[in-house]
Amino acid sequence: MDWMKHRKIYFLISGALIIVGVFALIKWGLNPGIDFRGGTIAEYHFNEGISTEEITRSLEEEGIQVFSVQDTGEGKYLFRLPALGSQDQEKIKRIFQESTEGSDSEELRFETVGPSVGPELVRKTIYAAAIASLAILLWVAFQFKSLKFGVSAILAMFHDSLCLVGVFAIFGHYFEVEVDFLFVTALLTTLSFSVHDTIVVYDRIRETQSKLGGGLYDIANRAVTETMVRSLNNSFTIIFMLIALVLLGGETVKWFAAALFVGTVLGTYSSPFVAVPLVVFWDEVEKKIRFR
Amino acid sequence: MSKNFIKILLIFLLTLICFYVSLPKEIPIKFNLAGVKIDRIINRHDLDLKIGNFVLKKNFDLVLGLDLAGGSHLVFEVDTGGIDDERKKIAVDAIKNIMEKRVNLFGISEPNVQTSSFEGKDRVIVELPGVRETQQAIDIIGKTAQLTFAELGGGEEDGLIPTDLTGADLKSSDVVFDQTSGKPVVLIQFNEEGAKKFEQLTEKNLQKPLAILLDEEIVSAPVVQEKITGGSAQISGEFTLQEAKNLSIQLNAGALPAPVSLVEQRTVGATLGAESVQKSVVAGAIGLVMVMVFMVLNYGKLGLVANIALFVFGVITLALYKLIPVVLTLPGVAGFLLSVGMAVDSNILIFERFKEERPKRTLADALEVSFGRAWDSIRDANIATLVTAFVLANPLDFNFLHTSGPVRGFAVTLSLGIVISLFTGVVVSRNLLRAFVKQRHE
Repeated sequence: MDWMKHRKIYFLISGALIIVGVFALIKWGLNPGIDFRGGTIAEYHFNEGISTEEITRSLEEEGIQVFSVQDTGEGKYLFRLPALGSQDQEKIKRIFQESTEGSDSEELRFETVGPSVGPELVRKTIYAAAIASLAILLWVAFQFKSLKFGVSAILAMFHDSLCLVGVFAIFGHYFEVEVDFLFVTALLTTLSFSVHDTIVVYDRIRETQSKLGGGLYDIANRAVTETMVRSLNNSFTIIFMLIALVLLGGETVKWFAAALFVGTVLGTYSSPFVAVPLVVFWDEVEKKIRFR
Repeated sequence: MSKNFIKILLIFLLTLICFYVSLPKEIPIKFNLAGVKIDRIINRHDLDLKIGNFVLKKNFDLVLGLDLAGGSHLVFEVDTGGIDDERKKIAVDAIKNIMEKRVNLFGISEPNVQTSSFEGKDRVIVELPGVRETQQAIDIIGKTAQLTFAELGGGEEDGLIPTDLTGADLKSSDVVFDQTSGKPVVLIQFNEEGAKKFEQLTEKNLQKPLAILLDEEIVSAPVVQEKITGGSAQISGEFTLQEAKNLSIQLNAGALPAPVSLVEQRTVGATLGAESVQKSVVAGAIGLVMVMVFMVLNYGKLGLVANIALFVFGVITLALYKLIPVVLTLPGVAGFLLSVGMAVDSNILIFERFKEERPKRTLADALEVSFGRAWDSIRDANIATLVTAFVLANPLDFNFLHTSGPVRGFAVTLSLGIVISLFTGVVVSRNLLRAFVKQRHE
C-alpha cells in the first residue's frame, strides 16, 4: 500500500492535533492536583447517610475550608480541602463524630501535601523526561547509524506527549480532571511506548534496506504495511490490560488508565503516520539539498 | 536426550519452583463433589534450610506498600536555615537516625526512614506501616524536643537565662507516677557530666526557681530546695500519661538538631488497602483472560503457546516480587498489568513474522527464521522502553530524580516485567515451539 502518498494529510492531522492541544494548554492550562498545588484529599466512610451540605457547614464553622465534597458511593465521601496540619485531621474526626451523632465514620485515606512539594515534582519530572529522551535519541541514532531516525523518533515522541498533555488540558476544563503523580507516570510511559512502537517499524525499514535496497519511500511503505497488524494487535493487548486497570476502580486510577489509553492510541498512530513520514520527508529534503 | 528437551525440562522446573513461591501462604480448598466433601487449608512453607553451618531462610510473602497494606507516608522538611553547608548533611542524617529511634520506641515495627535532598531542600521521609494513631506518631516524630535548663537572671528584666545543661546531657528518661500527687512525671537520669552540671546548678540556685524548657517553652519551674547530687531529676508538668510517655520517648531518642515541619502526609486505612488488593487480583485475572482469548483467536495453536509463556511470565514475576522483594504499591500493580500487555508483544512480533515466512519455507525453518528476524526488533524496542523505565525507577538513587513515591513503584514493576518478558516471550516460547514442531515430524 502507498501509505506515504498521503503524508501531507498525516502532517496536517498531527499539526491540527498539536495546535488544538497547545491552544487548550494556553487557554485553560492543566488542572493541577494536590501533588502539584498542595492541598488535602480525604476519604471517609460513614455508616449512615450524611448530608454533604450539613457536613460542609459544620467544617467551615470550625474554620476548615471545604473545596468540594464528592459522594463516591457506598457511603464513601471524598473531601477536597486546603493543605492541613495534623491537628486539623483530629479536628475533622471530632466534627464528624459530633455532626453524625456518634454514627461511626472511618478514615479511609488522608493525603495532605504542602505547597513546597509540587515544584520539586515538576522539576524531577522534567529531568527524568530530558534524560530519558536523550538516552533514547542516542540509542536510536546509534542503532540506526543515522541522526535522521533518531531525531524523527524523538519528534514523534514529543508529538505524542504534547497531544496527551493537550487532551488532559481539555479533560481538565470540561470534566475537572486533575493531573497528579500518576499522570506524570502515564506521560513518561507514553514516551517509552511511542519509541518502542516506532523502533519496530524502523527496524523493518533497516532490514529491508539492507536486504533489498531501493528508495526509502517504497521501503517505508512496505515496512508500514508489514508491521501494521502487529502494531494494532499489540495495542489491543495493552488496551485489554488498561480496561482491567479501570476495573481496579477509584477516581484516580480511572484517569490514569485513561491517560495510558490515550498515550497508547497516540503511540500506535504516531509510528506509521508521524515517525516514518518524517524520515521520508527528511530523506527527500536531504536529496534536494544534495542535488542543488 | 536432545538439547531442546533439557531446556524444556529446565523451564518446567523453574516454573514449578516459581509457581510454588508465588502461591499465597494459605490456600483454602473447599468443594463438594459427588458426596466427597473436602474442606481444608493447604499451607505453603517458607524456605528454611539448614545444612551444617549454612542457613538459608527466606520468607515467600508479598511485601505490600502502604497504599495496599495501610499506613502512613510522612515527609518532613528540615529547616536548615541556621546550619552551614558542611554540617547540613550530618544534621539531616542525625535527624533521620533520631526519628528512626523515636519510631522504634513508639513501638512501630519495620518503619522505613530515608532522607532526600533536592535543590537545597532537605527532607526526611518516614513510612509507617499500619499505624492507627497517625496523629500521635507525627507529634512524637516531628517535635524537636530540645530540653534546656534555665536559671533566673540577676536583674529584674533579665528573665530566664539558658544554661549549658541540655537534653544532650541525659542518659535516660522514664515515666513514673509522683508519690504525692499521683500524676505522671518524667524522670530523667543525667550522664556523668550532666550530673556534675546539675549539681553545680542546683547549688548556685538554692531557693530560686530553675526552669525546664522544652523547645523554648516552660514546662515547669520548680524552686530548688537543696543541692541535688546523684544526677537525677523529675519533670512534672501538667502531663497526661500519654504526653509523659511521648516526652520520655523523645528524650530517650534525643533532640533533633534542627526543627522540622510536616510537608506531606499520605495515610491509607487498612480497609481501603485490602479492598485495593482484592480489586487488583480481579482486574489482573480479567485482563489476563482477555489477552489469552485474543491470542488464541488470532493465532490459534501458536496463541496457546504464547499463553503458556504468559503463564510462565506471571509466575516468575510474582516469585521475583517475593524474592527480591519488591514493595508492591497500587502504581506497581498498574506497572505489572501494563507489562502483561507488553509481554505478549514479542510473541505477536514473532507470529506475524511467521505468517510471512511460512509460505516460503518448511514449518521448522519458518519458525527459526521468524525468531531470528524478530529478535532484532524485540531487542531494540525493549531496550528503549527499559531506558525510560530505568530513569523512572532510578536504581542508583540520584537525588535529581524521583527517589520515592508512585512513579518509582510503577517503574520498578514495569522494568522487571520487560526483562522477564524478554525471557518468556523469546526463550520459553521458542523452545516450546521447537518441541511441538519436532513431535510433528516424528
